[in-house]
Amino acid sequence: MTAEPIALDRQGVDDIVSSAASLRRFLHGLPGVDQVGAQERAARLATRSIKKSAKAEAIDLAISMVDLTTLEGADTPGKVRAMCAKAAHPDPSDPSVPRVAVVCVYSDLVAEAVRALRGTGVGVASVATAFPAGRAPLDAKLADTRRAVEDGATEIDMVIDRGAFLAGDHRKVFDEIVATKQACGDAHLKVILETGELVTYDNVRRASWLAMLAGADFIKTSTGKVAPAATLPVTLVMLEAVRDFRAQTGRQVGVKPAGGIRTTKDAIKYLVLVNETAGPDWLTPEWFRLGASSVLNDLLMQRRKLTTGVYGGPDYQTLD
Amino acid sequence: MSGKLFEYAPAPESRDIVDIRATYGLFIGGEWVDSTGEDHHKSINPATEEVLAEVAFATAEDVDRAVTAARQAYDKVWGPMPGRERAKYLFRIARLIQERSRELAVLESIDNGKPIRESRDVDVPLVAAHFFYYAGWADKLEHAGFGPAPRPLGVAGQVIPWNFPLLMLAWKIAPALACGNTVVLKPAETTPLTALLFAEICRQADLPPGVVNIITGAGGTGRALVEHQGVDKVAFTGSTDVGRQIARSVAGTGKKLTLELGGKAANVVFDDAPLDQAVEGIVNGIFFNQGHVCCAGSRLLVQESIAEELLDRLKTRMATLRVGDPLDKNTDIGAINSAAQLDKIRELSQAGEDEGATRWSPPCELPERGFWFAPTVFTGVAASHRIAREEIFGPVLSVLTFRTPAEAIEKANNTPYGLSAGVWTEKGSRILWMAERLRAGVVWANTFNKFDPASPFGGYKESGFGREGGRHGLGAYLK
Repeated sequence: MTAEPIALDRQGVDDIVSSAASLRRFLHGLPGVDQVGAQERAARLATRSIKKSAKAEAIDLAISMVDLTTLEGADTPGKVRAMCAKAAHPDPSDPSVPRVAVVCVYSDLVAEAVRALRGTGVGVASVATAFPAGRAPLDAKLADTRRAVEDGATEIDMVIDRGAFLAGDHRKVFDEIVATKQACGDAHLKVILETGELVTYDNVRRASWLAMLAGADFIKTSTGKVAPAATLPVTLVMLEAVRDFRAQTGRQVGVKPAGGIRTTKDAIKYLVLVNETAGPDWLTPEWFRLGASSVLNDLLMQRRKLTTGVYGGPDYQTLD
Repeated sequence: MSGKLFEYAPAPESRDIVDIRATYGLFIGGEWVDSTGEDHHKSINPATEEVLAEVAFATAEDVDRAVTAARQAYDKVWGPMPGRERAKYLFRIARLIQERSRELAVLESIDNGKPIRESRDVDVPLVAAHFFYYAGWADKLEHAGFGPAPRPLGVAGQVIPWNFPLLMLAWKIAPALACGNTVVLKPAETTPLTALLFAEICRQADLPPGVVNIITGAGGTGRALVEHQGVDKVAFTGSTDVGRQIARSVAGTGKKLTLELGGKAANVVFDDAPLDQAVEGIVNGIFFNQGHVCCAGSRLLVQESIAEELLDRLKTRMATLRVGDPLDKNTDIGAINSAAQLDKIRELSQAGEDEGATRWSPPCELPERGFWFAPTVFTGVAASHRIAREEIFGPVLSVLTFRTPAEAIEKANNTPYGLSAGVWTEKGSRILWMAERLRAGVVWANTFNKFDPASPFGGYKESGFGREGGRHGLGAYLK
């Protein structure tokens, strides 16, 4: 469509966030989401048939959008190094495979990942702000963030305070995001909404806008520690939010579904959703990411199937 | 990604699964028989204009043979058969439809022009669901609320349209058979092929000969059928004009009649509607099946305060609609069913422009051969314009605005039709308030074009009378 005049400028945003009451008024004034309709739309888009050249392109695009993630209590420097090697060269036998977008680790392992990835072009994202629960004093959350950035993280994946959001304290959620954004400096800020705990699509839309108004560079569905994690309808609602936000403010915000994306089919469904909701402007690793780990091997397996005509079997995929 | 757009490579469903004969006779008394006449009609693929098959135009003599076969089957086999036995045949047919669903979907898309996504995901599953649903009723009719021992009517003459060829067949045949009637069905002349395949399914299910008879032809055959003395019940879905003629010819004969005719449904969007889903509902309301839907939401009534925003969103959404090869699994809008229908859509759209409405279509490349019409929206439409009053039966939406709920009701009801309506608002009380006042047989709330065999369907005013579907649908085939 033609470029619309910007309806929501800096002053407009300042007015919205000037008080708890006006912020609440704005968020509750957003159009509602009909649950059945949203699910139906997502399901219909999931029936798109992506074959041949489109599939090949989609697989490479999906690989380049992967935030290769390990977020376990048992993570070690060795595990992180191995994953970094895979991130830079997902398929060692085929140099035409693109590298993934970033690796995503806990904040204390950022330094290790940065060392391992130097010169590869793969960035390092760190979860921070007392991931995954976010239940810690703000000082601790900010210290967590600063440390990750100091160690070289290029992206910070923060969690919002879902308790505050559900209690109606939007202002607190907003202020924390603003403070974390400040602590990030030049690092990109992804804001995890943990949609599995927000439950309703209305909440997802409001939390998306709240995060974007507070300066999020990306909005992300989930930590992966709560079920359900990313779903197609939730991602649809978030893609509608970033589309509308850009139309009103002129600023583009990225989207990252995370958790539960395991197969190439899943990944392609998300790309179709992006293509037909937010539009092709979002179809680059700069604006759309897939937070996942196991999906990479399936993407590689399907890629090899397309190029060689046969499936290689799981033993041909590295397990890192 | 090459270029900016994520181009979906063609993903055509294979048509190898269907086996179309060069010529078709009539299905009478469980056998394929030749017509006594010489007239034939070529059924074509509206997406390519390729000739698919030659089908017979049944003569009055053929109609008589078919009605006689149906009468015999009714008297000797189907009428006396216990309901639980009839149910077995209906369940068997339902399962065969599921088994052969891909074949039916592909054939439907080839003959009708509708996208395979719709024939595969909507039409054929609903067809099977209808047979399953009415199979369940066959042995429970005495509990359906039509008295302790309801009786079938006899022979039903059924004439169906070309927009949902197989689904309309199911709506007609399933309740008729469940109630113990036998049928003579005439599919539309442009879309006879799935009905003829259904005849094969009846044979496969070992349905007793004569219970279902399928005769092909045009208006003349239909007239001979509804006017035949041996027919006890006439069921028709189609245009209001033909419906009037049928009502006239059936008047005073003692035949029972149900008519499901045209529509000019209002889809009413309030300022507190869930906008993204409302846009989907508008698209689904008017562009589903190329707008060849009698209950299509062809009049969008939008509250003036959000009209501009809603239309912007609608146009953005319309630009993503994929028009083209009906067999491509990614096609959203297929071909217009016939040259005649395309002419009618063009004529009414031209009238819309001439009367001063503003016409808009997204940029879209239409195939050179076949019958195609780009999805179109008219804004600035006045209630007096032809495009706001006449049924276009194509992918053309007329947008009107309103200020208050009362005005919305007034405008929505200001039509000779009354088949369906839609209401979009997050306010539950307003949905109920609207539903009470809308003079339409079906009112959808925060959705549109939803069908279910358990739900009755039918119209007010010039949209016809009688109900199909659900328990109510049994009433049309019982006395």
